[in-house]
Amino acid sequence: MKKLSLSVIGMYLMMAHAFSQSSAIDSSGYRAKNLKLDEVNLVTSYYNQTANKSAVMGGDPGPKGIADVTDFANGLDVKFVGWDSKQRKNTLALGLGIDYHTAASQAYVDSNGTSKNNGTRIYPTLSWTRENDLKGTSFGLGAYYSAEHNYYHSFGLNASVSKKNQTNGEFSLKMVGFFDKINMIYPSEFYPVDSLKNAPVQDSIVYITSASGRTQALVYNNGQLVGSNKSKKQETPTKPRNTFTASLSFSQIISQRMQASVEMDLVYQSGYLGLPFHRVFYNTGKDTIETLPSQRFKLPIGFRLNYFLGDNIIIRTYYRFYADNWGLVSNTFNLEVPVKITPFFSISPFYRFYMQTAARYFAPYQVHTEQEQYFTSNYALAAFTSQMFGAGIRLAPPRGVLMNSLRIFELRYAHYSQTTDLNANMISLNLVFK
Amino acid sequence: MQKQSLKLWGLGILAALSLASCKTVKEYQKSRINDSEMTLSNRSVEKTEMSAQSYREGSSGANGGKTGGGCGCN
Repeated sequence: MKKLSLSVIGMYLMMAHAFSQSSAIDSSGYRAKNLKLDEVNLVTSYYNQTANKSAVMGGDPGPKGIADVTDFANGLDVKFVGWDSKQRKNTLALGLGIDYHTAASQAYVDSNGTSKNNGTRIYPTLSWTRENDLKGTSFGLGAYYSAEHNYYHSFGLNASVSKKNQTNGEFSLKMVGFFDKINMIYPSEFYPVDSLKNAPVQDSIVYITSASGRTQALVYNNGQLVGSNKSKKQETPTKPRNTFTASLSFSQIISQRMQASVEMDLVYQSGYLGLPFHRVFYNTGKDTIETLPSQRFKLPIGFRLNYFLGDNIIIRTYYRFYADNWGLVSNTFNLEVPVKITPFFSISPFYRFYMQTAARYFAPYQVHTEQEQYFTSNYALAAFTSQMFGAGIRLAPPRGVLMNSLRIFELRYAHYSQTTDLNANMISLNLVFK
Repeated sequence: MQKQSLKLWGLGILAALSLASCKTVKEYQKSRINDSEMTLSNRSVEKTEMSAQSYREGSSGANGGKTGGGCGCN
């Protein structure tokens, strides 16, 4: 009996030990980590453009159609990373963009060219992503807001999921919605000012419209200013523009030196799809405001192929085909060849070629007729080709650039030109702190 | 546009299927693939160029950037 009891106790202890070993294996000592600052990314750029045939002046090729632009853009992104109790990586990213621009064409919202010709755009973003390396999945949510140059207020939401397979491939799906409100600021000649009904017949009245929509009527008699009336700041009406996008992509590691991806967007836009201060001049010389359909379907599909040639050269290629239901079709070819001078310093020359056909509603200055239902003279929708070329340098030494926390320094210059006589130069600086 | 769309769908599916039949590359063999300049996306420093293209050209999308909306772009 004693032997049996001892045997039973012994068996019990062995079983308890076996389970205790299992418990010890499960408690791997892993600890969740709170969100901590992981990376700060600063991008600052300067853009300078010379052009004519501005959309504000209906594609006028003369001096009033000037479309020179400067833009000083700044973006700051801050990333926090942490791990939860289930070993999932959580990333919280906060972004803030501030752009200041001058646009010569903006001055001609007023027909005398006296409107404000500069503005500021502020656009914060917030996103959260959860990655599960054990399952190869990730899920993310994001929000976006933009207030642009007194002309736009926009609110955006997005959600994304991705899944890796066992052969180094990854599928991802991202759904995005933008809900915009366009301030309906018309060119000055389309604003009625009724306060000068009693003005003498021989007086001339000039209307001044600011970019915020306030209209002032100036009365001249024989060239002398004799009276004025500033309208109340009217409640500027708005019209909605909504954009919904489903982005599908698949990436694949093909070999130790090559990987590729394909990305396709299904885009649907509805609402007011033009801009209220874009004029169109008919073949009679009379002007009106551009009118475009209230729906647009877009289908871009892009392909990327990157190859690591030898020990120092990377070949990055990109091709995109685009088509929409406004009749615009385009092709984009991009080639970039980073050359690693050292493992931490590279120079990247690049070239981009782009060609597009005209949207069916486009016609140049004083070509449209009054019988047309939809019409625009915005040269962004014209037929043209463009080229962009330039180069960048990148430094990423392991001990940082000038200081330990500055891990990446990138400087990039690009020259862009269109066959519409638009030429632009841009220079960008990217600093990554860790 | 319908014929071109169908051709695109076919091309996209073909590309995805052909990519899916590639060799498996082990983690220790990914030193070149994991290089930051091999990334399959536009980099932060290209942000202004992409923004300028979306304002000055009639097409956008399929590059991780804007597809329209959220700005005074096309």
